[in-house]
Amino acid sequence: MESVLHFPVEASFNVDIVRHIARLARLRLTDADVNAMVHDLGSIVSHLDRLRALNVDGVAPLAHPLPIVNRLDPDDPSPSLPIESVMRNAPSVEGPFIAVPKVLAEGGSS
Amino acid sequence: MTRHADPPADPARATIAHLRGAIAQRSLSAVEAVRACLERIAALNPAINAFREVYADEALSRAAAIDARLSKGERVGLLAGVPIAIKDNIACTLGTTAAGSQFLAGYDSPFDATAVARLLEEGAIILGRTNCDEFAMGSSTEYCAFGPVRNPHAADRVPGGSSGGSAAAVAAGMCPAALGSDTGGSVRQPAAFCGVTGLKPSYGRVSRWGLVAFASSLDQIGPITRSVEDAAILLDAISGRDGLDATCADLGPSRAAAALAHAPDAPLRVGVARQHCSNDNHPAVAAALGRAIECCRTAGASIVEVDLPLTDYGIATYYILAAAEASSNLARYDGIRFGRRAALDPGETLIDLYERSRSEGFGPEVRRRIMLGTYVLSAGYADQYYHRALKVRRLIKEEFDRAFARCDVILGPTAPTPAWKMGEKHDPLSMYLADVYTVNANIAGLCAISLPAGWADVDGARLPVGVQLQGQSMNDESLLCAAAALESGLMASGL
Repeated sequence: MESVLHFPVEASFNVDIVRHIARLARLRLTDADVNAMVHDLGSIVSHLDRLRALNVDGVAPLAHPLPIVNRLDPDDPSPSLPIESVMRNAPSVEGPFIAVPKVLAEGGSS
Repeated sequence: MTRHADPPADPARATIAHLRGAIAQRSLSAVEAVRACLERIAALNPAINAFREVYADEALSRAAAIDARLSKGERVGLLAGVPIAIKDNIACTLGTTAAGSQFLAGYDSPFDATAVARLLEEGAIILGRTNCDEFAMGSSTEYCAFGPVRNPHAADRVPGGSSGGSAAAVAAGMCPAALGSDTGGSVRQPAAFCGVTGLKPSYGRVSRWGLVAFASSLDQIGPITRSVEDAAILLDAISGRDGLDATCADLGPSRAAAALAHAPDAPLRVGVARQHCSNDNHPAVAAALGRAIECCRTAGASIVEVDLPLTDYGIATYYILAAAEASSNLARYDGIRFGRRAALDPGETLIDLYERSRSEGFGPEVRRRIMLGTYVLSAGYADQYYHRALKVRRLIKEEFDRAFARCDVILGPTAPTPAWKMGEKHDPLSMYLADVYTVNANIAGLCAISLPAGWADVDGARLPVGVQLQGQSMNDESLLCAAAALESGLMASGL
């Protein structure tokens, strides 16, 4: 498990931040990609910073434009997707299973 | 409402209203309608690249079946025989659903999106799927992994995005209508750039089941058509509650086509915001807006000044929220159950598989937005970006609520400029800033429509310019009525 890195709030976008975010996002970036990201994201984030000019004290967050609360459906069983139709998109299949690389290291720890 | 029984002279360029009438009256066969589209696609698509896949055999076979039922006097649906294209990020069991991405190249969807299933129930014919920016992230369709799409009005210019293929297909006469999706303007802006009509329904009006998720609180499927009436017909077909989408409003389908037949009860109040009349707007955009305002006045509407000072904060709010939601939604593309899986070298681990599959499968704009979204959600930054943007979202919505207390619809430009040249906006931020007039409708969940309203003469090219009407959430029928009135006025003024 990666440690959580804390950067000062005012840190400008730099290579370390980009590499940390790429690890979180499960993306692999070349050195050229990293430099391009520093430039692009730095410029975009400067624009995003303009929201600091707004006073949002006491304003409740709005995560969703519609005032819907959890809508529950009746607990009626219905057919699932046929397994074949799902498995045909799997990259690697062994019998009824999707084959994946080893998840756990020897001894059972990750 | 128009009533047509005579066959259209050019079925591929006809409206849905005309086509379905002619097919139902049997003055035109569904097979002839499909053949006309297929011929136009064969002639024009190699240069424009609007379509990634064309389902010629299935479309002709389905058309023949509909003609057979009509010949026996059997009941057929309201869209029987009408060929429609669908954007690559809308699931369909025909062909493959790739969302413009190499990651999903070859993906065989096990189900149809609800919107597609409803079109099929009404007898529509799915003609093929159109190219789009990868995972709907883009404003130019230059980020499509299967090649860019070209604007039918000028081959060196973008058609807009992300639904550029859908808009180009309709504008070029390859099909009467197409479905697109709109998260920050991706139906309306390409409609404006290509000179056709594009509707973003209110958030929750149309089921998102089967729409490849980009930003779940912002995405909506919407029709791109040749007329407001056609947009109303398609909205009626695809809208309404869906047990498969918990974010879909608990309402029946819209009755917009019927609403268009009735005159409004009271003269319309059309709001115009000075924040939409920026000096940075292209002169042709300003002129089109001026013409639209005049048309409203001539039709008896009153023009009301409304104040939307948060307009310029929409881009920052949108790109924080959309990128954050995208980073979460695109976590499912891990190379395990479907999509691209990288071939691992000996000694490489599961984490290597995730990282390599994603980095090989995703293009530069998708990687950029995933990075941005991960950043604004990460420890130490979530408060100042994501949580702050959620609060600004509420402020933007409340600002629109105050405006709509004084007007029925808000009229403004769809985009600050006409279509730009391919490759011109290589700086990501400059492309984001072009969405200034469209993102706020997604942030607030409003309905909004772009109509053709003028032309720009730029570097020897004659480019379409659109105007946008925005309406309150769930007022889609009223919005379409206002749009139809404006459309008549603009055509009468010699558009």
